[in-house]
Amino acid sequence: MKSLAELQKIKARMQDKVVLREGSGDVRVVVGMATCGIAAGARPVLNEFVKDVNEENLSDKVTVSQTGCIGICQYEPVVEIFEAGKEKVTYVKMTADKAKEVVEKHLKGGQVVEQYTIGAYQS
Amino acid sequence: MIRSQVLICGGTGCTSSGSPKIRAEFEKQIQNYDLQDEIKLVQTGCFGLCSLGPVVIVYPDGTFYSRVTEADVPEIVEEHLLKGRPVDRLVYNDTDAAPTDTHTETALSETRFYKAQKRVALRNCGVIDPENIEEYIAMDGYAALGKALTEMTPEDVIKCVTDSGLRGRGGGGFPTGRKWALCAPNKAPQKYVVCNADEGDPGAFMDRSVLEGDPHAIIEAMAIAGYAIGATKGYVYVRAEYPIAVKRLAIAIGQAREYGLLGENIFDSGFSFDLQIRLGAGAFVCGEETALMTSIEGNRGEPRPRPPYPAVKGLYGSPTVENNVETFANIPQIILKGAEWFASMGTEKSKGTKVFALGGKINNTGLVEIPMGTTLREIIEDIGGGIPNGKKFKAAQTGGPSGGCIPESLIDTPVDYDNLTAIGCMMGSGGLIIMDEDTCMVDMAKFFLDFTVDESCGKCTPCRVGMKRLMEMLEKITKGQGTLEDLDKIEQLCYYIKENSLCGLGQTAPNPVLATLKFFRDEYVAHVVDKKCPAGVCKDLLSFSIDKEKCIGCGLCARNCPVNTITRTDYIAPGHKLASFEIHQDKCVKCGACMANCKFKAISKQ
Repeated sequence: MKSLAELQKIKARMQDKVVLREGSGDVRVVVGMATCGIAAGARPVLNEFVKDVNEENLSDKVTVSQTGCIGICQYEPVVEIFEAGKEKVTYVKMTADKAKEVVEKHLKGGQVVEQYTIGAYQS
Repeated sequence: MIRSQVLICGGTGCTSSGSPKIRAEFEKQIQNYDLQDEIKLVQTGCFGLCSLGPVVIVYPDGTFYSRVTEADVPEIVEEHLLKGRPVDRLVYNDTDAAPTDTHTETALSETRFYKAQKRVALRNCGVIDPENIEEYIAMDGYAALGKALTEMTPEDVIKCVTDSGLRGRGGGGFPTGRKWALCAPNKAPQKYVVCNADEGDPGAFMDRSVLEGDPHAIIEAMAIAGYAIGATKGYVYVRAEYPIAVKRLAIAIGQAREYGLLGENIFDSGFSFDLQIRLGAGAFVCGEETALMTSIEGNRGEPRPRPPYPAVKGLYGSPTVENNVETFANIPQIILKGAEWFASMGTEKSKGTKVFALGGKINNTGLVEIPMGTTLREIIEDIGGGIPNGKKFKAAQTGGPSGGCIPESLIDTPVDYDNLTAIGCMMGSGGLIIMDEDTCMVDMAKFFLDFTVDESCGKCTPCRVGMKRLMEMLEKITKGQGTLEDLDKIEQLCYYIKENSLCGLGQTAPNPVLATLKFFRDEYVAHVVDKKCPAGVCKDLLSFSIDKEKCIGCGLCARNCPVNTITRTDYIAPGHKLASFEIHQDKCVKCGACMANCKFKAISKQ
C-alpha cells in the first residue's frame, strides 16, 4: 500500500458489498415475494431493483428487500416503497421495465409514478 | 447481482454449536434453488449472543435467527431467501413490541440485547468476514493507519490517544496514552509493540472474539502504536487454546503483508512495521506483562520485579509497549474519529466503552459492549435478559479470579474503573459472572482460589505458600470445621499476600475472598457457627431427608440412589397405600439424585 488513494479505491470497490449490512437506508423498497408474487413474475422485478439501485449508486439510501404475501394477490407483483416521514407508495402489476422507470423517476427523481400505483388501478 | 447476504457466525461458541455444518447446508440449498448469484454467504466473527448460537443474520432486513440447526436451513432458504417470508419460529425477539411490522421487530438492532449496547471495539464483529481484508477496508479499515502515517507526527498520535482518555482494558486501567508517552522518548536500536491476547480469566472471551471477528483492527492498531513509539517489530502473544483466533490472525497478517500494510515503507511514509504471533501454553500468569515477555523470549513464564517498567526495559531488554487486545481494538477508531469523540462516551475518568463477557446465571450469555457508567442493573436486566427460572440475583463477580463481587445492594453502581475500585472490586479484563440465590459465596471464593493456587508460578513465597494456606482454611470452613478465629486469620493472610506478592497475580488473588468476606460475612458465619450452607451447595454441611407424610412409597428415589442408602420404612402415611422411604445419612454422598427424581416433592435438603 503506497497511498491513501489506493486504500480509498479498495474501499469504494468493496462498499457495495458491505453496505447491505449497515441496516436499512432512508428508503425501503419491498417486493412481495410470496408464491403468488413469484408466479406473477416478482423475481425479475426484484432483480431489476437490486441491479438498478446498485448501478445508480443509490445503495447508501435505498434498501431493497423482499417480503411475503402483501394480501392483494390480484395485483401481483406488488412493490411497496417506504420512506421516513412520507406515506407508503404501493406499485402494482409490476414488470422489470416498470421497475426501471420507478428507480429512475421515484427513487432518483422523487416523483411517484402515479399510473403504476394501486390508486390508478382501483379508480 | 447480490440482493441479500446471509451472515453466519464463525466465533468459537457458534462453531462448537455447529455453524460449519449450517454453512455447508446453506451452500447446498442456495445451489439447489439456483440463488448463488443473488445471495452471498459470509462467515463472520462473534455476534455476542453466544447462548443462542448458532446465529444467522439475513441482510438487508437484518433478520436475526437463533439456535439454527442443519434441518432448519432448507426452510430458511425456501421461505426467506426465495419467497421473502422470515421463518418466524426461528427469529429471535426479546422486545415487548407486538409483532406488527415484521421488518422492524425482527431486526437485530431492535432487540433489547443490542439496543443498550454501544459497539466500538466490537464494531466489526459479526459484521464483516474476518478472513477478507477488503471487507475490513470497506469499513474504514487501515484508514486510521493511513491518517497517522501521512498526516500526523508520532507526537500527534500519542496526544490523540492521551486526550481520548483511553485506559488499559486488560484490567489495570493504566492510561494508554501515558504508557506510549513513557516509551516513546527512550532511545534504543530496536523497540517492540506487544499485544497481550493471553486471556486467562475463567469465563472471559472478549479478546478471543475480537481476534476472531476483527483481527485486522489489532494489526492496524499495533502498527499505529509502533509508529507512535518508534518500534518496527510487534508480537501478538495469544494462547494456543484459541485455534480459530490464531488461524484468523495468521490469515490477516498474511493479507496485510500482501497489501503492503505490514512490511517496509508503509503508505510510502518511510515507516516499516511487521508482526509475529507467539503462542502461549495457557498459563494464567503469562497474562502478567513481564511474565508474558519472559515467555516470548523463550523462557519459563515468570514475572520479574518492576521497575524497570517495560517502557524502559521490556522485551529482550528493549523499550516495549504492551497493550491488551481490546485496548488496541479502540485505537483505529480514536485516530479516525478523534479524541473528543471517544471522550464523549463514558464517565469522567473512564472514557469509552467496555466489553464484558456475560456468563453464569443469566439468560443472555454472551458478549456485550456498553458505555462506561452503565449500571450493573441495566446490564443484567435489560441486556442480559435477567436471571433464569425466576431466581433472585445475589451477586456479580467482575475481574474473574483477580476481582471481587458486587452484591445486590450495589446493583445500581455505574460500572467504571473508579467506582468498582471504590467498592473493593475491580474492572478486570471483562469477565462478568452473574450469580443467583443458589450460589454459595464461600464456595465461589474457593473456586477462584483453587484456580489461582493452581496457576501460581511459584516464584514468590506469599503467593505460592500463602494461597495454599488460604485455600486450606476455606476448605475447613466449607467442611463445617472452621472457627471464628479462622475468619480473622483469613483476612489477615489476604492482606499479607496482597502486599507482599511479586506480581499482579498474587497481589489480586485474595480479592474474591476479601470481597465475599466484606459483603457476605454472614454466610461465612453460618458455615462456621451454625454449620449450615445457606445456599445449599457445600456438601459436607448438607443433609437430605424424606418427609414421611408426603412420601407415597413409589421407590423412585431408592432406585436412583447410587449408593443404595435409601430404604423402605414400616410407616404408611394416612391416605397412602405404600410404606414411606428414609435416607440413611451415614452412607449418603449428597448427590441430590433422590430429590431430582421425586415427583411428589417429599425430599428436601438443608
